Amino acid sequence: MTFGRLEFASLRIGQKLAVHYFAVAMVLFLAQMLFGLLAAWQFLDPAFLFGVLDFNVNRMVHINAMVVWMLYGFIGSIYWLVEDEAGVPLVGPRIAKAAFWVFTVAVTIVVVVYLFVQSGPGDAWTLWLINEGREYIEAPRWADIGIVVCMLAIFYNVAGTFLAGRWSGISGVLVLDLVALAGLYLAGMFYTTNLPMDQYWWWWVIHLWVEATWEVLVGCIMAWGLIKTLGARRRIVTTWLYIEVALMFGSGILGLGHHYFWIGTPEYWLGVGGFFSALEPIPLVAMVVHAVYDAGRHAFRANNHPALAWLIAHAFGNFLGAGVWGFMQTLPQINLYTHGTQWSSSHGHLAFFGAYVTIIVAMIYVAVQRLRGNVWMSAGLQGGWRWKWALGLTHLGMMGMTVALLIAGYEQSFVERAIGGSTWQAYFEGQTQPWFVEAMWWRMAFGVLMTFGVVLLLWDLVRIGVGEKRPMKVVGGLDDVEETGSGPVPEGSAAG
Amino acid sequence: MVAEGADEPRREWWASEDFWRKCAIFVTGFMALVLVMLTFHTLTVIEAGSEAGRVPAYSVINHRIGYEFDEQRNFAVPVIGPPAPLFGEMLSEEEARRLVDHGKLTVQARNCMNCHTLLGNGAYYAPDLTKAWLDPGWGNESAREILMTRFLDDPIANARTFGTGRRMPDPNLTEAELRGVIAYLKWMSAIDTNGFPHGFTPLPQGPLTGGGR
Repeated sequence: MTFGRLEFASLRIGQKLAVHYFAVAMVLFLAQMLFGLLAAWQFLDPAFLFGVLDFNVNRMVHINAMVVWMLYGFIGSIYWLVEDEAGVPLVGPRIAKAAFWVFTVAVTIVVVVYLFVQSGPGDAWTLWLINEGREYIEAPRWADIGIVVCMLAIFYNVAGTFLAGRWSGISGVLVLDLVALAGLYLAGMFYTTNLPMDQYWWWWVIHLWVEATWEVLVGCIMAWGLIKTLGARRRIVTTWLYIEVALMFGSGILGLGHHYFWIGTPEYWLGVGGFFSALEPIPLVAMVVHAVYDAGRHAFRANNHPALAWLIAHAFGNFLGAGVWGFMQTLPQINLYTHGTQWSSSHGHLAFFGAYVTIIVAMIYVAVQRLRGNVWMSAGLQGGWRWKWALGLTHLGMMGMTVALLIAGYEQSFVERAIGGSTWQAYFEGQTQPWFVEAMWWRMAFGVLMTFGVVLLLWDLVRIGVGEKRPMKVVGGLDDVEETGSGPVPEGSAAG
Repeated sequence: MVAEGADEPRREWWASEDFWRKCAIFVTGFMALVLVMLTFHTLTVIEAGSEAGRVPAYSVINHRIGYEFDEQRNFAVPVIGPPAPLFGEMLSEEEARRLVDHGKLTVQARNCMNCHTLLGNGAYYAPDLTKAWLDPGWGNESAREILMTRFLDDPIANARTFGTGRRMPDPNLTEAELRGVIAYLKWMSAIDTNGFPHGFTPLPQGPLTGGGR
């Protein structure tokens, strides 16, 4: 192995696939930023691209690129760790490769249709071929079916590889979580005239993904990441993972009710949803304690500083964005004023970034280190300013956008809802208040700042470790090498 | 260095992996079961036209829809009034369902939800459509149908941006789609949303028993 050179050929099959997934994820991340900027600019200049790329198109591509690149990031992360964790090679590499290409071609076609066809006549064909018109899961039905088929191929590979090799706490949770995650997608794949019925099942996909199964999935990735970057003890991280699962599903499954306050569903959801969703921050606190405790326990001696930094950013970002920002408006008494305002936008931005962007980036840094031949990525890294500035700029940009949107949301819920009586007139009064307009300018400015951060991040991911001659730092105590379970596969990074 | 090795002390039950594994399985199973049970109940309640009265039958578009304060629940709720057929046509339940259905398909096909919110869900670039049918912006009940038709037919020429400069792009609706969208919005306004959006004040409505449209 040559330090600092590309070592693609020596990667395991799953890891090669993971690199593919990560590459597409990062391209889509950049697309998400660009379409977010276009949509943000349209708030300031509504004539911009009017009739060409309208706000609804830009916003749809913005959020869909995000959902899809996060799925790519998760799938990449799972493929990256599956052989290491199971101790055997991937069981169905050809199916796995085919699934990647089918998925990627499908995503490309969907985006091209979004941009150039945009919408269709009001019949079922449009929903099958162009756009389903349901926020976050707009992908047309043919693509839904394609996604399910690809997910089955991936699931076969993940579960099959663990069956062929060995199981662990992490892999057990991971496989069961994938069953739930894939199964839930089916709840979003039908059409009904009844809007409350439509939104009831729609939230099964959105909420039970984002506030339940995705959270558990990143819990698994976090557990594995802490073992790899810090040499944390497997038994401790596994116990924490179980605690997190109990707390996450214990609060998040019925926390679904906070989406059922105002959509025509019965009044008991006000109580059920308010109570359980108010508990949702608790597992996120547990995750912070866990990550920070482990990092401190190992005196921050990590073999991959950028990855550990992004893991810690994940722990805090998840707590702040999903936990605190979510809690702020989760009680029905507050949500009545804030539902469907820029509050939600503020929460959405910080939560997706804090909970998911961060941990996928951490995993990509883990992958890049191996790709460069298990090179040194601890203190004194050559060109280390890049990852630090990328981390700083993305976080500053995101926090700036979040706070700007929150101010806009406060103003909107006050002027439009509390005073204005929630009419269209009141809506527009809220949208023209100086506080709102200024907040939108600040959002734009911080969005540009964050885009610089993302570009720098992508540059760093391509360049980090180049020319570095030192081998990866050895982490973890000798006495727990066995427990870190890097397994019989020789490249396990914690094996020392 | 982590000093714990093979000779570590026995763990307390609350710190053991096994306890928390069982806990995770039990809690997840229990919560999923409760959700499934609540779902069965909710689905019967939100059936269109069910006895609970929260989600109206599609033929509600044949009637006047009011929005009145309910003392007991302490917020305003939709009230179904005497007949006031949309576009002057009384429809059967099935005809009404088909018209509303065409409207919902059109709203999805034109991707309305990525500017507007429906029942508060969607994007925040344009106003919420939950109570669009009842919005005071239409002036009064007799002008509403004509104004809505005119606006949806050419939203650029009839744009009212209230100083934001935000206009709705022309969705190029066919006449059938346009009627469907209006029917869908009328039906939507009769959904009982627990008082959302807060403090909504409808367009001027006389006593609901008075007929008219």
